[in-house]
Amino acid sequence: MSHAEHPPYLQHHFETAEQQFDAGKLGIWLFLATEILLFGGLFCAYAIYRANHPEIFVYAHHYLDKTLGGTNTVILLCSSLTMAWAVRASQLGQRKLLVLLLVLTLLGGAGFMGIKYVEYQQKWKHGLLPGAHFAPHDEGIEAAAPEKPIAPLAGGGADRTTIPPSAEGPAGTVPPASADLSLREGPTRRPSNVQIFFSIYFLMTGLHGIHVLVGMIAIGWILVRSLRGHFGPDYFTPVDFVGLYWHLVDLIWIFLFPLLYLIG
Amino acid sequence: MGTAEGTATGARVSPRLGDNYLTHTRGFASWALTLDHKRIGVMYLVAILTAFLLGGVAALLVRTELIARGPTIMGADAYNKMFTLHGAAMVFLFIIPGIPAALGNFVLPLMLGAKDVAFPRLNLMSFWLWVVGALFAIGAVVAGGVDTGWTFYTPYSTTTNTNVIATTFGAFILGFSSIFTGMNFIVTIHKLRPVGMTWFKMPLFLWSLYGTAMIQVLATPVLAITLLLLIAERALKVGIFDPALGGDPVLYQHFFWFYSHPAVYIMILPAMGIISEVISVHARKHIFGYRFIALSSIAIAVLGFLVWGHHMFVSGQSGMANAIFSVLTFSVAIPSAIKVFNWLATLYKGDIRLSTAMIYGLMFLVTFGIGGLTGLHLGALAVDVHLHDTYFVVAHFHYVMFGGTVVALLAGLHHWWPKMFGVMFDERLGRIAAALIFVGFNTTFFTQFVMGSHGMPRRYYDYVPQFDLYHQISTIGSYVMAAGFFLIAYYLILSLVRGKRAPMNPWGGNSLEWHTPSPPPHDNFSETPVAEDPYDYGKLVYDPAKGGFASRSYEGAGAS
Amino acid sequence: MTPHAQARVGHVVPLRVLVGVLATLLVMTYVTVEVSRHDFGRFNLWIALGVAVFKASLVLLFFMHLKYDKPFNAVIVITSLAFLMLFIVIALQDTVAYRPQQIPGYGPSIKTNPK
Repeated sequence: MSHAEHPPYLQHHFETAEQQFDAGKLGIWLFLATEILLFGGLFCAYAIYRANHPEIFVYAHHYLDKTLGGTNTVILLCSSLTMAWAVRASQLGQRKLLVLLLVLTLLGGAGFMGIKYVEYQQKWKHGLLPGAHFAPHDEGIEAAAPEKPIAPLAGGGADRTTIPPSAEGPAGTVPPASADLSLREGPTRRPSNVQIFFSIYFLMTGLHGIHVLVGMIAIGWILVRSLRGHFGPDYFTPVDFVGLYWHLVDLIWIFLFPLLYLIG
Repeated sequence: MGTAEGTATGARVSPRLGDNYLTHTRGFASWALTLDHKRIGVMYLVAILTAFLLGGVAALLVRTELIARGPTIMGADAYNKMFTLHGAAMVFLFIIPGIPAALGNFVLPLMLGAKDVAFPRLNLMSFWLWVVGALFAIGAVVAGGVDTGWTFYTPYSTTTNTNVIATTFGAFILGFSSIFTGMNFIVTIHKLRPVGMTWFKMPLFLWSLYGTAMIQVLATPVLAITLLLLIAERALKVGIFDPALGGDPVLYQHFFWFYSHPAVYIMILPAMGIISEVISVHARKHIFGYRFIALSSIAIAVLGFLVWGHHMFVSGQSGMANAIFSVLTFSVAIPSAIKVFNWLATLYKGDIRLSTAMIYGLMFLVTFGIGGLTGLHLGALAVDVHLHDTYFVVAHFHYVMFGGTVVALLAGLHHWWPKMFGVMFDERLGRIAAALIFVGFNTTFFTQFVMGSHGMPRRYYDYVPQFDLYHQISTIGSYVMAAGFFLIAYYLILSLVRGKRAPMNPWGGNSLEWHTPSPPPHDNFSETPVAEDPYDYGKLVYDPAKGGFASRSYEGAGAS
Repeated sequence: MTPHAQARVGHVVPLRVLVGVLATLLVMTYVTVEVSRHDFGRFNLWIALGVAVFKASLVLLFFMHLKYDKPFNAVIVITSLAFLMLFIVIALQDTVAYRPQQIPGYGPSIKTNPK
């Protein structure tokens, strides 16, 4: 192939543009597969804890705001549309439209992160933190607008049982508190180990949030290249691949939303 | 038919090897920023061999400590850190990247008649990620080490004061290096095969690399999330593995072994691929049962995902899971056995040349055979209850990892050394080193089968007098092995300086890497070669003048 | 621009398909929120997951154009999900099976200051 026929974006070890495109696609799907397995580990942890301690999940999810979660879902879905449309625009050489759609996608991502920030801030304020840091306060907890009545918390600070855990063990002096507490027994008893829910919540939404940020950086980079006119019907693969990553981020949220916010 | 041995007093290598990938460009940046898979392979080779040296020294220190009861050269805490360093360096820095990164990167595109892998920049990133991960690991060692064992089991890993986060973060980064290599290889094999090379006409090394890459892509992310969870547990106290916070330490083991069991197939599959090549070429006989070997690579990759619980038989795992995993563990031995039988059938009535590469190939059959069979002992649930966490386990995995992967790596290194560096090494010294390694290795580790079955626990700093003699024998064996390795280093480095010039095809292989000069030019092939049956040696004739083989259809295109 | 939207390589998804998929996704989001207000007992989880899988399929097939791609890309997704299911199912089954041996709160806690 003479140099004149050699398109600038065709790398030297590929014979044709189509081979390069197919190879790139295959590569990005393999990468997405690794992301599925990465988040999959967290979904596994979720499944295990929810199956073994359903009462924790049913109780604790009331601390999450369904409206904010739902809004975030809608934002991400719309940003997926703008991203997919952006890919289409790059394929058709519609440069101005491409730039507009990428900007809209970025705004969607920013909106998502903004709402996430609000949610996290609320959790922090109320002491609803993961694991050992879980120390719920009751000020303003009604602002979370729970659907069902939740237990009135007995004052601030570490509101857990005053009996140290090891005393409940087999050699201990106290019979183990029943972990299989159901809300059907009455809404006033908080199950033990509620912090597990928040550990899982923060791990899953946190890792997801990091991926949203990385996605936004990638989209920003594509935006800059679009402004410079790098993309057109002959070469649009970076837009396509960043788009696929963004859709994956959306996909994960499609599962996170019902599993964390809509339990029970 | 003559042999292709070089002599120690052969012609000197001329300072200019002609234009090839080594001399094509010069300067640090031309290597550090190279996109040439061959250079990346060479850099990886240096890297993993350095890691092997680090892990090997740690091993010698461990064995030296164990030569006598009580403190010998270090205290108990230092001992814990030393075997952790040995395990972590060997597993994450050496053996997982190992053959795919060092030999695979070099050979895979050549075998495909391609100019490079599918994603050369990603390949370079894989290498630098390895370096960054290695720096974290070294940093952790320098800062005082880790004493949890390379498996980082909770609850100890979440409560110990040593540098768990630095080490696990290094392993996390190394995981991405591995994932990117896997992605690259899968796409390269799918998309860059030449005209005429259908799937069942590929060399078997490529099938094994494909199976390995499948595992790298699917399993390593689970390691990534496991390590992230461990870091979160330590740094943020999320409590996911801590019973006092409602967590579950056995869950850590499920997460860890879901990756780490398939990981051992990442270690062994490429090794098996090398053996298929070496045995066939050095016995000058078409590989027997090509399809069986090819498909068994994929079978091992798939079945390897179904057996992780056999590491957890005594951890608190339920009886039902124990039984299921035990049964499935027996199944994963079958494809490996299929390969061994096919290799033996390949050797039968072959024209076997005892080159160094072939000696390691034959050694593999013995040592991997023992290793694999003892895996069945451990897979048997009731037997494992007694053998778990004893030296029997240690001996088993050293027989498969060392007697399997390292021996195959040595076979591959000696097989492709002339191609990679354009020089022949001293075969006589090669055979002596192989003998040292074989004797040293079996002395070290066969003893451990015996003492393990007598109850000697693993990772123990001290032991009771009944095990004195075993430990002494085992330690002496390790010194013999070390001598073998130093000898290998000596004659290989010597060959780079004074080795005889290598012909294009010293061993008479027919896969495409042997149809380009040694060392290959920057672009691999002057024109894209036509793929033939890689195991058909009918057209290759030994030419004593060249000291190598020439294919009748490529006559006249020999080494300069 | 050519009258029929085409690219040199790859397939261009028609705009009406993209918008239609978004509309469906939004409707299904509304559905899943509404359904969560009612209690279907042990089916709650499966209904929610079912809706999520349906939405995910739409995103995969159309936004990520798996429907128009070479089939091997879909094989990759399905394979990774299959292995994930394997992991979740077996680990989950195991934890359920050893649940009787678990005693709440009994065990070491994170006391020291880890690095």
